[in-house]
Amino acid sequence: MRVICPHCGERDRREFTYQGAAEILERPSPEVGNDDWADYLHLRENPAGETKDMWYHDPCGAWIVMHRDTVSHAVHGGELASEVRK
Amino acid sequence: MRYSGFKVFTEGLTGNKGWKPVWRDPEPKAEYDIVLIGGGGHGLSTAYYLAKNHGLTNIAVLEKGYIGSGNIGRNTTIVRANYSLPGNSEFYSHSLKLWENLESELNYNVMHSQRGLINLFHSDGQRDAFARRGNAMINQGDDAILLDRDGVRQHLPYLDFDNIRFPVYGGLYHPRGGTARHDAVAWGYARGADMRGVDLIQNCEVTGIDIEGGQVRGVRTSRGVIRAKKVAMVAAGRSGQVAAMAGMRLPIESHILQAFVTEGLKPVIHHVVSFGMGHFYISQSDKGGLVFGGDLDFYSSYAQRGNLPMKEHVMEAAMTLMPMIGKARVLRSWGGIMDMSPDGSPIIDKTHIDGLFVNCGWNYGGFKAVPASGWAYAHLIATGEPHETAKRYRLDRFRTGRGIMDEEGTGSQHNLH
Repeated sequence: MRVICPHCGERDRREFTYQGAAEILERPSPEVGNDDWADYLHLRENPAGETKDMWYHDPCGAWIVMHRDTVSHAVHGGELASEVRK
Repeated sequence: MRYSGFKVFTEGLTGNKGWKPVWRDPEPKAEYDIVLIGGGGHGLSTAYYLAKNHGLTNIAVLEKGYIGSGNIGRNTTIVRANYSLPGNSEFYSHSLKLWENLESELNYNVMHSQRGLINLFHSDGQRDAFARRGNAMINQGDDAILLDRDGVRQHLPYLDFDNIRFPVYGGLYHPRGGTARHDAVAWGYARGADMRGVDLIQNCEVTGIDIEGGQVRGVRTSRGVIRAKKVAMVAAGRSGQVAAMAGMRLPIESHILQAFVTEGLKPVIHHVVSFGMGHFYISQSDKGGLVFGGDLDFYSSYAQRGNLPMKEHVMEAAMTLMPMIGKARVLRSWGGIMDMSPDGSPIIDKTHIDGLFVNCGWNYGGFKAVPASGWAYAHLIATGEPHETAKRYRLDRFRTGRGIMDEEGTGSQHNLH
């Protein structure tokens, strides 16, 4: 599996650290209460097929929202988390 | 048909013409009392114990592939009870006791071999951690012996004891640990459940779960609608998709775990051995192949095959611990889909929907749990109350923060186990 960094292009998978589902970007406000926070922290869509998840590119320090397929292991590319969160 | 030495002998003399299929291939009925979604090890043992312990037989096990096609046929076959946390301790202890009687229970040779398991340690700190774990195992009533270097040498003379980076300090020896023939466990439970009247329905994929007014009514499948009073999900790596049909999200991420086997060799590794400083563990199958594995690939996946970096890591760890393995040739590798929970421990519980139950989160340790998981899940489904060995496996423990069972001590959130 080759992973794509928006800065550096397609690189060896070993340069990246997987950081979990991209749902982590949808952080609820502090006021919503314990249940929504528990759901945010623990519950996952866990899709079979197309997914978006977080990858960290160790050499350049980019946090990436990766578009990927969990069944075929195809990596389509991604955008910087800082762009997505804007 | 009852298996015995006499039966094998007479069949051998008569051309083996008397063997018959050991379970039926029934058409699904329109309605059952209980439908189990998933015909893997846990689903089959649940069906078996529902029939055996609770006298419930109007049950269907729905399997989207064939019996034994999932993780029950893809694991590295290790059976052990070396957990230390309350919750896990009593559960796996119960499971090992069930394993020890499983062959006579099922009248089926699951080739359970208590060859002993040795977890190696390579530093003083790791020795302390294993001493503590061993004490917890002894307190639970199981067996644990802390071996020093010479003690390990008597069992495993082939290790690189003086490795410059990771010298062997000793090991925690669990004599009742060992292996079993994984497929035979599925077949034995399938046969036992079928003999008691459970319908095992293969090539039957669940496509929907019907819920009316907060009460489960049945399932829709590739072979038609099946009504049911109770529906029990037990789909391991696919738990997320099954739960989604009931409108639920689970605290589960599915990951890939790889395993490897070499060509068949003469007996050389007589135990189950795990390396303490890298991700590598190994045993030798009765056929002679060295069966070994390592850690997750560490990205969510449903591919049932992994990537090269983890293969490289596992091979490096193997060469570090036992350089002789370099002579063996790897025959094949494969992967299984692991249902990873945030704290690394499983879930056996009711859901917020009446009549809908959930059993998942087995991480990379589901095989040894097959008997006790089925026992406890059957108890929960039949009585509505959790079994005493599994009452801490609550679905809501992540929400409440009570009763988190983080055996590795790495934290209770995704991607740490």
